[in-house]
Amino acid sequence: MDTQNILEMRNITKKFANVKACNGVTFFVKPGEVHALLGENGAGKTTLMNILYGFYRPDEGEIYLKGQLTDIHSPKDAISLGIGMVHQHFMLVPTLTVAENVILGLTANLKKLDMEKAVEKVQQLSDQFNFQVNAKALVKDLSIGAQQKVELLKAIYRGADILILDEPTAVLTPQEVKELFTILRQFVAMGKSVIFISHKLWEVMQISNRVTVLRQGGFVDVVQTAETTKEVLADMMVGRSVVLEYAKTPVASSEALLALHGVCAEGDLPVSCLNEFSLCIKKGEVVGVAGVDGNGQRELAESIMGLRAVTKGQVCLNGKDITDMPIRKRIKLGMAHIPEDRLKQGLVLDFTVAENMVLDTYDEPPLTCKGIFQPQKMQDIAQELIKEFDVRPPNYDAIVRNFSGGNQQKVILAREFTRSPQFILAVQPTRGLDIGATEFVHRRLLAEKEKGAAVLMISADLDEVLLVSDRVIVMYEGRIMGEFIPGEVLITDIGLMMGGTPQERLGVCE
Amino acid sequence: MNIKLGNSQIVIERKPPTKTMFSDLIGPLIALFLALLVSAAIIALSGVNPILAYTSMIDGAFGNFRSFAETVVKATPLLLAALGLTISYRTGLVSIGAEGQIVMGGLMATLAGIYFTMLPGFVLIPLVMLAGMLGGGLWGAIPGYLKAKLGVSEVINTIMLNYIAIFFVTYLLDIPLREPPGYFPQSAMIAKQAWLPIMVTGTRFHLGVLFAIIAILVVYFLLWRSPIGYQMRAVGLSQTTAHTSGINVKKNLVLAMGLSGAFAGLAGMVEVAAIHHRLVNSFSSGYGFDAMAVALLGKLHPAGVVIAALFFGALRVGANMMQRTAQVPASLVFVIQGLVILFVLMDALLRQYSIRIVKEDVVHG
Repeated sequence: MDTQNILEMRNITKKFANVKACNGVTFFVKPGEVHALLGENGAGKTTLMNILYGFYRPDEGEIYLKGQLTDIHSPKDAISLGIGMVHQHFMLVPTLTVAENVILGLTANLKKLDMEKAVEKVQQLSDQFNFQVNAKALVKDLSIGAQQKVELLKAIYRGADILILDEPTAVLTPQEVKELFTILRQFVAMGKSVIFISHKLWEVMQISNRVTVLRQGGFVDVVQTAETTKEVLADMMVGRSVVLEYAKTPVASSEALLALHGVCAEGDLPVSCLNEFSLCIKKGEVVGVAGVDGNGQRELAESIMGLRAVTKGQVCLNGKDITDMPIRKRIKLGMAHIPEDRLKQGLVLDFTVAENMVLDTYDEPPLTCKGIFQPQKMQDIAQELIKEFDVRPPNYDAIVRNFSGGNQQKVILAREFTRSPQFILAVQPTRGLDIGATEFVHRRLLAEKEKGAAVLMISADLDEVLLVSDRVIVMYEGRIMGEFIPGEVLITDIGLMMGGTPQERLGVCE
Repeated sequence: MNIKLGNSQIVIERKPPTKTMFSDLIGPLIALFLALLVSAAIIALSGVNPILAYTSMIDGAFGNFRSFAETVVKATPLLLAALGLTISYRTGLVSIGAEGQIVMGGLMATLAGIYFTMLPGFVLIPLVMLAGMLGGGLWGAIPGYLKAKLGVSEVINTIMLNYIAIFFVTYLLDIPLREPPGYFPQSAMIAKQAWLPIMVTGTRFHLGVLFAIIAILVVYFLLWRSPIGYQMRAVGLSQTTAHTSGINVKKNLVLAMGLSGAFAGLAGMVEVAAIHHRLVNSFSSGYGFDAMAVALLGKLHPAGVVIAALFFGALRVGANMMQRTAQVPASLVFVIQGLVILFVLMDALLRQYSIRIVKEDVVHG
């Protein structure tokens, strides 16, 4: 073993059900470096780190820590071995103070706990790294950036030599990102190591010494940051061959069906708010939205469907302003929605197939006649849809919870498409589906397009977006980075746009 | 969920529920049988022959038409309140408030019965009914509104409103509503024409029983044959999905609690107008709490609720006979009730979860 490495993860494989989240991944970290772990959603970054932190046991492979073959059973083990992790979602108790959060779980014997000394020590650490965090402040009163510093404090206080940061900048403002980078540089200057999980290229270029790239659970390459470029990294991150191809009819109409004019909406994250977002979708057109999750796609979808308040701007359907229209009315106007999370938003899991299929139409004829709901009609309709959409098992009164993902999605498609919608919003329509089901969903979407529907497909899967769309926009931090026709732009450039480079600045040396 | 046990682990995992007509029917029956078996052991421990206790109980509840009528009469308020709870539970609201709603319904019914004495029976009875349903309905709508508008837990609020209702009525009976000349904390009698008539002479089988039978159909129809019921059930199973598809979740929460309370209020009205003919302290004697068990035992379905209500009614009536003939304390009936609930819940649990014991080294994750 190379004594220069503080950590060596060799041939790590981890399977979930039949999916290999990590497939023979090798990952080495040296002391005193910031090592970036780069990859798209689902590339296996987080799984690999959760293995290192003891959340999962690898199915195959070994972990060497400081030259020793190590078995990490739990996060507790990881911490005692000098590994600290800051998760995307903070693990803090809001009603406790900073110091209390830092020492939480360290002492079993509360009688021996010297709180004053602990506060002093936490404050000292905070000052040493110039965190500007008061050890006596309550966590709930802190900004998100400051809460992240508390997480860092926790790890450093516990004597971490290796610090894992999972997408640490996703929740930060640009100013806070700068501060974080200063802290990380200080930390590695002490001879410690940082593993920096990210999909943002410019960040990786700025902070890291080396980069390991993962793609679809596999190891791609490890490179010195100084010896590479954003373009090369983008290529490694997204570059792959397209398997399928669909015949696409050209967009016939020039009539705008759905239009957004300067729409603003608040974001779940500070960076994901919609900022003067404008977009126009024509009849018979599929517009794809590419981008890494959490860049305003959910906000866009919810603003269109009326699930999120639009603070400024206009949403128009067929030239009619629908900005403040209730959700139900939008549906009646012919808007269909395939939601991002089919389990939580798309289906009533403990309803039957039939009940789920009438979720949009239960209160109109023929399902409700003279105020009376007609279960018999519901069954008839469901049976027809089951046949048409090939839902398996073909039981209209089976509970949807027990169905496979693909068949659950078919139930949603059947419900939404049977109304012959004018506009379809499809968010991550094939997430978690196998190839067969994915193709089915794509073909049905394209069939609706042929019938004249305008389709907006939001997906974190770039292949899918390129495959199905007539036109693609790339979203980054709530704005459009670029717009293009699939096949007319290099995949490298798409990767760059997804990583935050506007289209007009592509090819410009930075 | 894993529970450590030495160097083994008990692994509890969700499994696809086994759902057949057979298991739906046989499961609760086995549960009932086991509950009665354990209760028999307890009865035996108290020095009584359990067979004697049970036969006297059955005799008391079903022995002749009179005792059966008594069982039905006791089951009626339970049934009405449990039907109401079926609506709120199906909408995903854990209401503990039936007791308070019964009390408020009883109060409003009494007020209508005391102050509109000039009206003939066929006007007054519907009016008293309406007043009772309104009292319970509004009392139920309050926590529904607070839940919808402010997100306050309906569990806490319904419990609190129970106390408010009970003590409010206690106060009213103590001073403003106390009957003249006022020896007892009870109201004046309601107008005679407002009394719910006895249907079968020699029993207490009253018109309220008919109300309850109609209520069974109404609740079934509401939940499964009306668009509102569809909405409520969708909200109960997934608020997010309901909201995403444009169902007004807040409206349904308030409405479900209001309707739930209206049925409890009707139960209170029946108790006042058919049994006591006036408002007395604690006239509900815990019907609102037993109704929760009835609704859950009945699997939140009107047909199941009927059976569960009759069972609980029979327990209440049979307990008296058991006490008289076999000298078993009537409070033991509460033990039996508790055991029945426990075992039936177990049946539901075992259908949804598999429980295995696994040696430590095999466990992953």
